[in-house]
Amino acid sequence: MSDASINTRADTQEAGFGDYFALLKPRVMSLVVFTAAVGLLAAPGGEHPFVAFSAILFIAVGGGASGALNMWWDADIDRVMKRTQGRPIPSGKVTPDEALAIGVALSGFAVVMLGLAANWVAAGLLAFTIFFYVVIYTMWLKRWTPQNIVIGGAAGAFPPMIGWAVVTGGISVESVLMFTLIFMWTPPHFWALCLFMKSDYKDAGVPMLHVTHGRRATRTHILVYTILLAIIAVGMAFTGVGGPIYLVTAVVLNTLFLAGAVAIWRRDEAQAEADKYKREKAFFGLSLLYLFLHFGAILAEAALQPYGFGGWPV
Amino acid sequence: MSFREEHELHRRRFGRNLGVALVLVSFIVIVFGLTVVKVTRGDYEPANAVRTN
Repeated sequence: MSDASINTRADTQEAGFGDYFALLKPRVMSLVVFTAAVGLLAAPGGEHPFVAFSAILFIAVGGGASGALNMWWDADIDRVMKRTQGRPIPSGKVTPDEALAIGVALSGFAVVMLGLAANWVAAGLLAFTIFFYVVIYTMWLKRWTPQNIVIGGAAGAFPPMIGWAVVTGGISVESVLMFTLIFMWTPPHFWALCLFMKSDYKDAGVPMLHVTHGRRATRTHILVYTILLAIIAVGMAFTGVGGPIYLVTAVVLNTLFLAGAVAIWRRDEAQAEADKYKREKAFFGLSLLYLFLHFGAILAEAALQPYGFGGWPV
Repeated sequence: MSFREEHELHRRRFGRNLGVALVLVSFIVIVFGLTVVKVTRGDYEPANAVRTN
């Protein structure tokens, strides 16, 4: 009998490559890659394809590094919440120290490499995004205020601004509007999730809006933010990144999104419990499609511009 | 003839080492590619040097 044969998967607990990769929150990273790519491709000018590819990769690594630091700090919460119990730290596959080391090392790596590959404005924005997500959101706001997701949502809104800065070396009205679109979209998206994942945050002691102010207030907040979001989303159609394709997409999606928010607002808990949060779950699903299609429309406008179709006729 | 029985732990270690190797090779390719692009388009010519650094 060899020494190895007496060990089992459970007692070795040695991480595989996939466990380290899971620290980078791949699903969040895919959103970062997509929105950063749209920001980069919609920006006036253009960048060499290899530099653009590398820049998006470094932005993704930076986003992933902030995810690892978030998991390091929030390991105690993740152990309590059902949704996060399978993450690498609570499941015992990766130690908190390893997550911290990977997060810090990849953060520095991503910022320096983006600065060298593109420019230091983009690198500075990436550094600020990591700082904002880890320190402002994870360490400070998340456990302190029910507005955590509102202000913290800014961290997820920076990638298109960084992509834009990779090409232009600066910030403009269009890039700020792309930021604002994600910033305003995050609260209704996340609060809808909270409504049907109700016990998790309460058990973990995270002061989410529905825990501190009740579910009625959360439903009202979803409606108010969706109205503000619709104004910004449709208004963006008349800026440099908009055009007829974007306008049609925004009008259709915002009408559906507003209808979903009104339906959530008109319901009470008894109705929601009765159909197992069907409306809330549908609204959450639509919110994912909402963001994807808005940025897809911005991308379509930019892609068609060389052929004389994208944007408004001058 | 192998004296050690292959264990799931060894496969996991091999996967991890392979992953790290691929990441390092990718990094080399990216740095090389970026260097080629930047040198070819003249980013490091004295006239353009300020723009990039």
